[in-house]
Amino acid sequence: MSDESSMRRVTAIRNGTVIDHIPAGGALRVLDLLGLRDGASVPVSLVMNVPSKKMGSKDIIKVEDRELTGDELARLALVAASASVAIIRAFSVAEKREITLGDEVVNVVRCTFSNCITQHPREPLPHRLRVVDRDEVHLRCHYCGRPQDLDELVKNVI
Amino acid sequence: MVGLITMEDLSNEDVIEVLDAAERLLPVARGETYLPLLQGRILGNLFFEPSTRTRMSFETAMKRLGGDVVNLGDVSTSSVVKGETLFDTIQMVDGYSDVIALRHPRQGAARYAQDAARVPILNGGDGAGHHPTQTMLDLFTIRQAHGRLEGLDVVLAGDLRYGRTVHSLSHALVRFGCRVVLASPELLRMPSEIVDDLRASGGEVVETTDLYGSLAEVDVVYMTRIQKERFADEDEYAKVAGAYKLHARDLAEVRSNMIVMHPLPRVDEIHPSVDETRHAKYFEQAFNGVVTRMALLCRLLGVPVPGGEA
Repeated sequence: MSDESSMRRVTAIRNGTVIDHIPAGGALRVLDLLGLRDGASVPVSLVMNVPSKKMGSKDIIKVEDRELTGDELARLALVAASASVAIIRAFSVAEKREITLGDEVVNVVRCTFSNCITQHPREPLPHRLRVVDRDEVHLRCHYCGRPQDLDELVKNVI
Repeated sequence: MVGLITMEDLSNEDVIEVLDAAERLLPVARGETYLPLLQGRILGNLFFEPSTRTRMSFETAMKRLGGDVVNLGDVSTSSVVKGETLFDTIQMVDGYSDVIALRHPRQGAARYAQDAARVPILNGGDGAGHHPTQTMLDLFTIRQAHGRLEGLDVVLAGDLRYGRTVHSLSHALVRFGCRVVLASPELLRMPSEIVDDLRASGGEVVETTDLYGSLAEVDVVYMTRIQKERFADEDEYAKVAGAYKLHARDLAEVRSNMIVMHPLPRVDEIHPSVDETRHAKYFEQAFNGVVTRMALLCRLLGVPVPGGEA
């Protein structure tokens, strides 16, 4: 099955965002990170484990009537750095946005370690996670040095 | 300003430089000569957790070098109980002192403080995280006894899970090519991420629950206290308390120059009979905290210790 027919498993959207090439099985984490799983007020379509020429298999998310912001793209980089993001206006691609995971993720998520200094709610310095391995998405807290579990991390979005 | 937060902040060459400077400061630490290298400088001692040796040895180190010390005092009467953040406390002490020694119950506090401060921070222990000044005095003690750091066999024993001294020390030992044996009860094993890091950096690391079987083949036995205060559950503590008790009779077959170390305080993991043996080095180790901290204070304040190479 082609990538194009994978995209058509759900109807085209008029306005919103299509997140394509999410690693297979990663879509639920993406929904968590973007706050779309609980209490989302816009229609969201989800396709999982569809064939992909580039990736073997992949997930796709279509979010109607919402364009992802720069902050949201930074969050997305944590769980789907290979994803491609298209902003849709009037049924056509108006803009493609790049996702890049830099050397550090600042004020996007909180360290997951319960005894980290950053758990104090009034400490004012930024939450900083160092990217130790970009391909495997290994992150460590800049302050306490603890490695971060991605499943836990998506629950700690700021 | 760069402080000392973890051992990563010092290269092997830096470590040797500090140990050499510490050696030159031994007569000053013993009070045999007076060398006011840090006259006019003030150390801010910020201890948010109980400490005897670390706090006192920082204070002694500063005073032996002619410097002065301001103390946070009892946390229960300071502004911390009024809800002050670490950030704000650091801002204040930063203005009062030229260097800060910090101990804090939360992991990462020292790195956080360094980001908030203009003066250098010396990490005196952050939760179960790092304790690099302890590592430096441990390395000093090992080098003093064996004449080198490279290629030694070292067993770290006891509470390897919560014991921050062994976390910092194990990294340093591996960097100097030592073989590290990690002996602990199952419940108190070294955190897997640390073991992974040690192995990834090429270290030869062996994990075991059998301390006594490892004694004959090592140059250093580093005992640690099982820290009751780190256990949320009293029953869990009771399961492992007293797991290892080193007695003089256990040392019959060990290498003649093997040394027994302990960061102190001890409870019952080293029997007093060991004190009388030539292997006991833990009281010298505690004294070495003064010279190594003197050398580190000089380094962080940019003051050269006389007698080194120009």
